[in-house]
Amino acid sequence: MAASSLQSLNPTFSQTLASPNTSPSFRSPFLRFNSSFTPKPLSTRSSSSLIARSAAEPQERKTFHGLCYVVGDNIDTDQIIPAEFLTLVPSNPDEYEKLGSYALIGLPASYKDRFVQPGEMKTKYSIIIGGENFGCGSSREHAPVCLGAAGAKAVVAQSYARIFFRNSVATGEVYPLDSEVRVCDECKTGDVATVELREGDSVLINHTTGKEYKLKPIGDAGPVIDAGGIFAYARKAGMIPSAAA
Amino acid sequence: MASSVISSSPFVCKSPAKKDLGVSSFRKASQISIHGCQRKSISRKIVSVMAPQRSSSTSGSVKTGMTMTEKILAKAAEKSQVVPGDNIWVNVDVLMTHDVCGPGAFGIFKREFGDNAKVVLNLAINILSLLAFSLFVIVTSTLKVWDSEKIVVIPDHYIFTSDKRANRNVDIMREHCREQNIKYFYDITDLGDFRANPDYKGVCHVALAQEGHCRPGEVLLGTDSHTCTAGAFGQFATGIGNTDAGFVLGTGKILLKVPPTMRFILDGEMPSYLQAKDLILQIIGEISVAGATYKTMEFSGTTIESLTMEERMTLCNMVVEAGGKNGVIPPDATTFNYVENRTSVPFQPVYSDANARYNHIFVADYRFDVSKLEPVVAKPHSPDNRALARECKDVKIDRVYIGSCTGGKTEDFMAAAKLFHAAGKQVKVPTFLVPATQKVWMDVYALPVPGAGGKTCAQIFEEAGCDTPTSPSCGACLGGPADTYARLNEPQVCVSTTNRNFPGRMGHKEGQIYLASPYTAAASALTGHVTDPREFLQ
Repeated sequence: MAASSLQSLNPTFSQTLASPNTSPSFRSPFLRFNSSFTPKPLSTRSSSSLIARSAAEPQERKTFHGLCYVVGDNIDTDQIIPAEFLTLVPSNPDEYEKLGSYALIGLPASYKDRFVQPGEMKTKYSIIIGGENFGCGSSREHAPVCLGAAGAKAVVAQSYARIFFRNSVATGEVYPLDSEVRVCDECKTGDVATVELREGDSVLINHTTGKEYKLKPIGDAGPVIDAGGIFAYARKAGMIPSAAA
Repeated sequence: MASSVISSSPFVCKSPAKKDLGVSSFRKASQISIHGCQRKSISRKIVSVMAPQRSSSTSGSVKTGMTMTEKILAKAAEKSQVVPGDNIWVNVDVLMTHDVCGPGAFGIFKREFGDNAKVVLNLAINILSLLAFSLFVIVTSTLKVWDSEKIVVIPDHYIFTSDKRANRNVDIMREHCREQNIKYFYDITDLGDFRANPDYKGVCHVALAQEGHCRPGEVLLGTDSHTCTAGAFGQFATGIGNTDAGFVLGTGKILLKVPPTMRFILDGEMPSYLQAKDLILQIIGEISVAGATYKTMEFSGTTIESLTMEERMTLCNMVVEAGGKNGVIPPDATTFNYVENRTSVPFQPVYSDANARYNHIFVADYRFDVSKLEPVVAKPHSPDNRALARECKDVKIDRVYIGSCTGGKTEDFMAAAKLFHAAGKQVKVPTFLVPATQKVWMDVYALPVPGAGGKTCAQIFEEAGCDTPTSPSCGACLGGPADTYARLNEPQVCVSTTNRNFPGRMGHKEGQIYLASPYTAAASALTGHVTDPREFLQ
């Protein structure tokens, strides 16, 4: 009908409007949606407050709490989301969810615990702990997107590849954090942890081992994240006009 | 000024010295991975070290010299001066996208710049009347990209497949291009015969160059990590994600942090058995997959000056494999000759100042005496897992793949054909040939190979028992849909002229990929083992 003819014009847009109760095509907590979008409900898994989806007030403290999933060094984008799944378009809500179900499916068989269980769409792990050069390889935005779509909230890695880091910031799908030490050697998959982001003093607390780790301040990416992603930042900076009322 | 970390080894390992040397990365502190240095045995014959030239004048009234990259970005940001660490808004000259990321990028563009309220209202009216539907079309069609002539849309990744979503993505791009009146859309509609598509080109990075979209001094962005290939033309070129691309589509600008430049000086005559692929594998093996993270890799020296444009493209292509933000080569007569034969758009070449500051974090340039280098491979599963080809001669292989933006250009096939012809033998393993673009495919069938008595590459390949050169695209370089030609669907060993060999890269998670030059790939095909091309070329 009208919706389907709308669909042929712009498939991604019509799907979002036709089913207002599904997640918006971009789950970025930072993008300011108008009232026709329904923000994604907070996960029932986490106890502490997550990033407020409406982003109505400035965020001074952010907390992520949940299980850790630990990976090694040089986890490249082909392991995060194998190329065969790149036919899924991230700005399309159904395909966005499907991407999440394939998150980290490219990890070798030596990873006995899978990030997303076969048959499931979401992960039970909120925090990914990585080594060096996390996210190296392709510029595919599908990489941070699939992690966020699966339900991960933050990555704590020793270091990042630049395009992955940039895409994480631009999309707001996962919070990319730098650790000061090799947390991947000291945490195990399944550990319960909390990540607390504060002004200049962020920490990762591993409740299972009882250890606490300082995280590096988010640095230059901070203003972009705080503004709500690259579009919001640009609007604030006057680079692009504000969204129509 | 002299390095305090010069050890007894002639090769200097970099230590992350003062992290705040005026270079704050887009994230807080840059991590320089030195584990690569420590775990590799460095060939002592090859590399020597020199401290960089430092600007001697630091008084405020004298402008600091800038590197090529700094100059290009300064000009694009309409500033007279930038230093590494500056976050600047940069004007984009060319934005490239393809079938995998294009739909997402345009989706974001529409969502962010489209007028949501108007669309909701019109949807309501739409339900009521067909006339209002026409109104809706008019309303949304007022949303325009920043410049329909500066966007190049190149389907290339998943083309010759029956995967419905992949095919749909090309259709989606056609719709966007039609709606936005995109001037450069290298479309394909007949998947059965690539030659029946007059507009279709193939691999985006090679097509960009061949169609004259790469020009010195410009800023080129692409939704693909190997966009850095275009740095070979003396421009700033780097890969971005869908969200950044959606932003550029609407504004023609991007927020960039000015990167510091690492300098790689390659001197000496290029041995006849060595190719640019060997050079970049050598360098990545030296500095590791994170050795150039957030930095520019600038290549210069007599060897670089002797390279053809396609060889320079191969070199810059794998900058991202070292973590580099962009690669760049000073433009010269070779560059101008290539560019001026393909475009009449004027350009302004840019060169590093003599007093530019290099290596703000590291304290030495990287110098290579190329005449002493040997063919190398990158063993599974990392592009920095470097080894001499001759030391891998016991590795039995199952197949050879020659293709991709890295190793599927005309000269790459010429080189392979030259080796096959010199050997006069048949390949021992399936050898897959995937020309990067239509033009490359035509060259393979039309151009005579020097020294082969008038034979073309195609003839030589046929005589050597290779597979018939297939339809041009990215092919199996990144695996792709299950029915992709030459995809690694079993845990086999493959020598490939492509750019990455992380687990699962070409399909199967347990596949073993050895990255190599076209010469090395051809030589390996002839023996069924990883083989140094000197077995057949000297």
